[in-house]
Amino acid sequence: MTAIGFLAPRADVLARRRTIIADLADLLPPEGLVHEPRKLVPFETDGFTAYRRVPLAVALPETTAQVAAVLRYCAKMGVPVVPRGAGTSLSGGAIPQEDAVIIGLSKMNRILDVNFANRTARVQAGATNISISNAVSDAGFFYAPDPSSQLACTIGGNVAMNSGGAHCLKYGVTTNNLLGVTLVTIDGDILELGGEALDSGGLDLVGLVCGSEGQLGIVTEAVVRLIAKPLGARPVMFGFGDAETAGQCVSAIIASGIIPVAIEFMDKPAIEICEAFAKAGYPLDVEALLIVEVEGSDAEMDDQLARIVEIAKNHKVQVVKESQTATEAALIWKGRKSAFGATGRIADYICMDGTVPLSQLSHVLRETSKIVARYGLRVANVFHAGDGNMHPLILYNVNDPAEAEKAEAAGMDILRLCVDAGGCLTGEHGVGIEKRDLMLHQFTQTDLDQQMRVRAAFDGDWLLNPSKVFPLENRPAA
Amino acid sequence: MTVTVQSLADTTGAQHFAPATEADAASIIADLAARGTPVELTGGGTKRGVGRMPNAGATLSSARLTGIVAYQPTEMVLTARAGTPLADIEAELARNGQRLAFEPADWRGLTGTTGEPTIGAVAATNNSGPRRFVAGAARDALLGVRFVNGLGEAVKNGGRVMKNVTGLDLVKLMAGSWGTLGFLTEVTFKVLPVPETEATLVLHGLSDVDAAKAMAAAMATHAEVSGAAHLPELMSAQVLEGALKSDAATLLRLEGLSSSVSVRLAFLQTHFSMHQQSVLDAEQSALLWREIRDVTPLHPLRANDRRPVWRVSMAPDSAVLMVDALRRQAGLAVFYDWQGGLAWLRMEADPEAGALRETMKRFGGGHATLIRADAATRAAVAAFEPQSGPADALQKRIKAAFDPAGIFNPGRMGF
Ligand SMILES: Cc1cc2nc3c(=O)[nH]c(=O)nc-3n(C[C@H](O)[C@H](O)[C@H](O)COP(=O)(O)OP(=O)(O)OC[C@H]3O[C@@H](n4cnc5c(N)ncnc54)[C@H](O)[C@@H]3O)c2cc1C
Repeated sequence: MTAIGFLAPRADVLARRRTIIADLADLLPPEGLVHEPRKLVPFETDGFTAYRRVPLAVALPETTAQVAAVLRYCAKMGVPVVPRGAGTSLSGGAIPQEDAVIIGLSKMNRILDVNFANRTARVQAGATNISISNAVSDAGFFYAPDPSSQLACTIGGNVAMNSGGAHCLKYGVTTNNLLGVTLVTIDGDILELGGEALDSGGLDLVGLVCGSEGQLGIVTEAVVRLIAKPLGARPVMFGFGDAETAGQCVSAIIASGIIPVAIEFMDKPAIEICEAFAKAGYPLDVEALLIVEVEGSDAEMDDQLARIVEIAKNHKVQVVKESQTATEAALIWKGRKSAFGATGRIADYICMDGTVPLSQLSHVLRETSKIVARYGLRVANVFHAGDGNMHPLILYNVNDPAEAEKAEAAGMDILRLCVDAGGCLTGEHGVGIEKRDLMLHQFTQTDLDQQMRVRAAFDGDWLLNPSKVFPLENRPAA
Repeated sequence: MTVTVQSLADTTGAQHFAPATEADAASIIADLAARGTPVELTGGGTKRGVGRMPNAGATLSSARLTGIVAYQPTEMVLTARAGTPLADIEAELARNGQRLAFEPADWRGLTGTTGEPTIGAVAATNNSGPRRFVAGAARDALLGVRFVNGLGEAVKNGGRVMKNVTGLDLVKLMAGSWGTLGFLTEVTFKVLPVPETEATLVLHGLSDVDAAKAMAAAMATHAEVSGAAHLPELMSAQVLEGALKSDAATLLRLEGLSSSVSVRLAFLQTHFSMHQQSVLDAEQSALLWREIRDVTPLHPLRANDRRPVWRVSMAPDSAVLMVDALRRQAGLAVFYDWQGGLAWLRMEADPEAGALRETMKRFGGGHATLIRADAATRAAVAAFEPQSGPADALQKRIKAAFDPAGIFNPGRMGF
């Protein structure tokens, strides 16, 4: 695939490559700068593997002060900078460019402080998402946003992408669980934004930084909210004869006043793929499957599940599978959690991420199938139905350039469909390069100009992650 | 550009605009910007006393931008024009068994203002009540906005869906910007079902420090407490028409299905069996939390009571210690919400801004906002937490990115 463009590398930067590398090495600890071509290979792409660019160098700082020194230097020399956490972005957010220095946060991965009385943790940006919950689990707490990539992805990446997860229906996404950040600006200023207090003193800069895709500065530390663990959690699985009814059932559950922790949806192709891989006991004779999870004491869960099962029965549910034991519960989730991995074993895929209003779910599912069929491809749908965040997986063969191009085009059509249905291009994976050129489908140029002016208040020379988010045309002159 | 909307000029010569459409608002603003005329943006005007009043030659009100634009209960999303009275929205939601989970407060009783709170101002002031510390603030429920920037351009950000990371999140920035960045014309909020029932467990007689510990302990359990406030001695007599008596009262609210609330209530009662307790039923509990939300304990006792009231946001375990230290320097009355993380302070004489902010710094920092004071005090004291250094410069650059001529509520937040 070559459809998505990058900014042309700055010739003057490439010409000064050697000097830049020597200067940066002085600012970093030994082993803190990667620049040999062979060692740069792991950094040339992220989870959006169809696109690759080799960076000029990779800086691996160990302190906020080193991050500031590198940024100050890059600003002075006019060198683009691409922040990087674990490189799991599905929108190409962490893909570098030839004239850019990657600043990787992988060495800054410590949990710095935990305060159980205030239910907060201060962590370095390179700490993995799961490491936070692991650190506080024994004390009875957890960090709520749980992207499926949580074993690998970093909290800095989560902040940059405002990542979500299956349990966000109840607990919210990253921005709802973030209290403060240490942000290093391109000028090398170190800003402490937010903190343990809930309200911000001036403008809500923490809210602005969250989801800014590495374009406003580099996050080196984050203060996150911890939540006391529920007594128990229990999923129930429902099979339906058609996707439409499953979609209506989702709306009905939400409207009833019960907010489950998660409502996950799988269509027939996804069920088949996951069942073949995980042997989770999913029914193969249904068209759609819902996994609904509730939390609380046994009595509370019994009550909630009884009400939910009742609603499902009113929606012609064909299969109901409740979990009586932890093993059964884990099995229900196993298929869903391995969905991406299982799909990857049978085909290459690109994962779309649009969100639509709940009332539009079945319409968008139907149209999605039509779009993909038009391109002669297959699609599997597995997604967070409770909040309308769809993840059609478009299956294709990466070694067939024509098919790859079709997959990309089908994906773009699906995203336009989501916007036209009253939704948006991306619910949690970010714009990156992937959806950049569709931004004008969702926004007017005036809307984007306003965003770009705010961006410029942080980085007037457009050095931070410059090829991402905003279409390359019609940018303000630096 | 000509102004197509009639304005009324008052005796001071200030012009008052109340456009009925976003397009009219845009042309008024473009015109004001071209002339460099500062303009005060208002909703119902109930919070005009907060922050330094801009010395404006014009006012621009959302009063005629009213009405719910879209609301489907099954989607749990509501869009309304900015000037729609909050009361209308709450009534419509209640008809469908839903609500704004962040409990927007009504400060009219506290500040002695009149007028009708609007949904746009709820967004613009990030106005959030007791549930904020677990369920999020207005900014967390605000999914999308439309506004007119200082160039007179209509801008959209966010949308109508619950998960949306498309582009920069200007929605969060608009929330709590107090009319310094743009004139909101339309807002979209996520709404939630009203729980089946609620109850409040009251622990009697705890000191502020012990109450902070008890609230933290409650929050560390699986009881899902959705309100945690502490009324020190005497403050407790100011709610529920004195039904709590005057001993200190520490309040823990539970909401949900009735089967669940009773189980969790029993659990908390056992958990705190060492303390003297009582329980408020659903009706009393609702009444009480409304009074906590609206800062009833500090409502003026006589009409001309303008003693300064601060809203102080700190780490929950620090506010009680800060107040204890401050009390040695100045007379004050206080009660706490958000597990102690929100202290409502009434100073008995001077606002003591310097002493307050100094003491806060010693106890880990936070933010103090002056919510009530007489006009002279408001002119002399920084109502919002002063920013300094690069953060201050950045904030001013962001302001300029929305409002290059600097006409919107100049100086209100300190910039
Ligand atoms: C199998 C799989 C499943 C996934 N499931 C989910 C899911 O359920 N929900 C979800 O939301 N996402 C999911 N993702 C996407 C991805 O994991 C998230 O976007 C994640 O937050 C990226 O974190 P990272 O550390 O890998 O960041 P990277 O991919 O390294 O970077 C992501 C973006 O953040 C910027 N960035 C990184 N660190 C910083 C920093 N410290 N300061 C400033 N900017 C920074 C980068 O420049 C880039 O733009 C999934 C990905 C995969 C591969």
